[in-house]
Amino acid sequence: MNIHEYQAKALFEKYGVPVPKGAPAKSAAEFDAALAALPDGAVMVKSQIHAGGRGKGTFTNGFKGGVKFCATKAEAKEKAGAMLGQTLVTVQTGPAGRKVQTVYFTAASDIKKEYYLAILLDRASSRPVIVASTEGGVEIEKVAHATPEKITKVVVDPAVGLADFQVRDLIFKLGFTGPEAKNAAKLIRNLYACYWETDAAMVEVNPLITTPAGEVLALDGKVSFDDNALFRHPEIVALRDLNEEDPKEIEASKHGLNYIALDGNIACLVNGAGLAMSTMDIIKHFGGTPANFLDVGGGATREQVVAAFKIILGDKNVKGILVNIFGGIMDCNVIAQGIVDAVKEVGLKLPLVVRLEGNNVVAGKATLAASGLKVVAGDTMADAAQKIVKLVA
Amino acid sequence: MSILITPATKILIQGITGEFGARHTRLSLDYGTQVVAGVTPGKGGQFFEHGAHRVPIFNSVADAAKATGATVSAIFVPPPFAADAILECADAGLDLAVAITEGIPIRDMVRVKRAMQGRRTRLVGPNCPGMVSPGPGKDSHGGCRIGIAPGYINKQGHVGVVSRSGTLTYEAVFQLTTKGIGQSTTVGIGGDPVNGTSHLDVIKLFNADPDTHGIILIGEIGGNAEVEAARWIKANCQKPVAGFIAGATAPAGRRMGHAGAIVGGAEDTAAAKIAVFKECGIEVAITPSDMADALLRAAKARGVTLS
Repeated sequence: MNIHEYQAKALFEKYGVPVPKGAPAKSAAEFDAALAALPDGAVMVKSQIHAGGRGKGTFTNGFKGGVKFCATKAEAKEKAGAMLGQTLVTVQTGPAGRKVQTVYFTAASDIKKEYYLAILLDRASSRPVIVASTEGGVEIEKVAHATPEKITKVVVDPAVGLADFQVRDLIFKLGFTGPEAKNAAKLIRNLYACYWETDAAMVEVNPLITTPAGEVLALDGKVSFDDNALFRHPEIVALRDLNEEDPKEIEASKHGLNYIALDGNIACLVNGAGLAMSTMDIIKHFGGTPANFLDVGGGATREQVVAAFKIILGDKNVKGILVNIFGGIMDCNVIAQGIVDAVKEVGLKLPLVVRLEGNNVVAGKATLAASGLKVVAGDTMADAAQKIVKLVA
Repeated sequence: MSILITPATKILIQGITGEFGARHTRLSLDYGTQVVAGVTPGKGGQFFEHGAHRVPIFNSVADAAKATGATVSAIFVPPPFAADAILECADAGLDLAVAITEGIPIRDMVRVKRAMQGRRTRLVGPNCPGMVSPGPGKDSHGGCRIGIAPGYINKQGHVGVVSRSGTLTYEAVFQLTTKGIGQSTTVGIGGDPVNGTSHLDVIKLFNADPDTHGIILIGEIGGNAEVEAARWIKANCQKPVAGFIAGATAPAGRRMGHAGAIVGGAEDTAAAKIAVFKECGIEVAITPSDMADALLRAAKARGVTLS
């Protein structure tokens, strides 16, 4: 689960990670009150969407830049008015962009130097890793590629937590001295506590900055959480912004289905994540394009299959459907009955290819055949994929 | 004829009285697996009954192992309590803990993995279908089935299968069995980013097992476990190996069902992993329908006859 920058900053403050003074606004009526919370002087206005590249983004109405420096509060109010309610397109949003429903005002900081700091899971060691760099404010992937020596990594032993010597190691490698060193050490310790205690998947501060006054601040904040751990963090679940998610994906999660919308035209309905991924792949292999990832899970019910069909057909790009089920334990006849019921309920006009294999497959195929529906049977995955690609072409 | 488990292995089930655990305990008993104990704290002294089977239930893994000689546990405990269930296996000194549970918090697994370092207990999973060492009977009856995989699609034989995905494993096993080729053991290592046994760990076991004559390695996007295994195979493994990687069409940065199936950079894409497979002499299955055929091609190239 992802949260907005303003929410991440509030979380940072709670953990003692200093951030510039800021306040969000969800409507123009809230601008004055939000700006009043900031000290006088220059203000940054930042569009709040779950995507990077905001500063270099363009609104669909032509307004350039989702992040603006404003010399005065009056100018900030004007720029915020131009952003709020508009759709921002960035390198990460895709051409459709995202509607800006919240703007975030922050006091503009005097920047002495920019750094990069992130904490995430190191899969190779199965431990948390702190990644830091003296090159902040730019994409870390580019730094990693061009100047890997400027990136420092510290792997934390979960049995003892972040050790003082590791913090010192980071401080020295980043070149902090004097009061900056002391402030940065405290920030790193607190950011690690924030990462660990909230079950974050990743916390990223880019840039982390120093000011001429010796302060160390998180100028930006990006935080995502481990979905598996949300059950023990109701305060984080409360931060979820459904506006940032695909309505079809929200609907799918209500039915215990795992659905991800893609931009192709062949929908697929599959049991198991690995099989669902490779069903998408095999559609592409035979010249088609998958419209979605959809895993109905190992024990799908008739109701889930019906819900899955409705979600698939809610995507107007879909021109055909491929059902691929390997019923190991799952009864193929239950799936077949679900398909028949779903088609009768939603009135399918698109080509449908079904590949069933496994437990009780003979009864499942018989159910489909007896239904009188126009269902094309596929023998293997390859056979089924070729058939649906041909039917849609 | 197998790795880690044999038809004689005695297993216990943690969470035997839950709906999920009970259902698969019945299927394992029907398959002929030696399920000798169940563990549900607070229900010690009761019995799990299924047909002629009467499986004693214990309050703790240690009690169950001591009383029945069980050496392996299958864990069906719900996510909030599953990490603790794994640690209990390590404390009891079992040989193997197979965690089926999907949805365990990553932080819990980070702590569990650290705590199990240096302990004798091996962890397979979590979020995995488990393992099967097929038996000699009809539809491989009499084998050891731990977890949720269908037993009947297996056939006793000499191919090892290792995968992160359940249904792709079944797909591969079904193709092999349909062609008359049996399996030594199939191992589902799970789709989470932090898991116990890796692809490489299983490959090493298959390589050392004289009864395993060929290997199918099934992977997906995310992480570098398949790459690590492939490089080891190139340097150390003389047996024919076929490989498949799922997720070529997955968009970057999105989790595809499995918590670990996410493209993070240029190195963990399907294309990058497939390129490493080819470089390491692994015969790549072009589509999932091609997995058994790919292994047959690899076997032919090395002059190995599979059965």
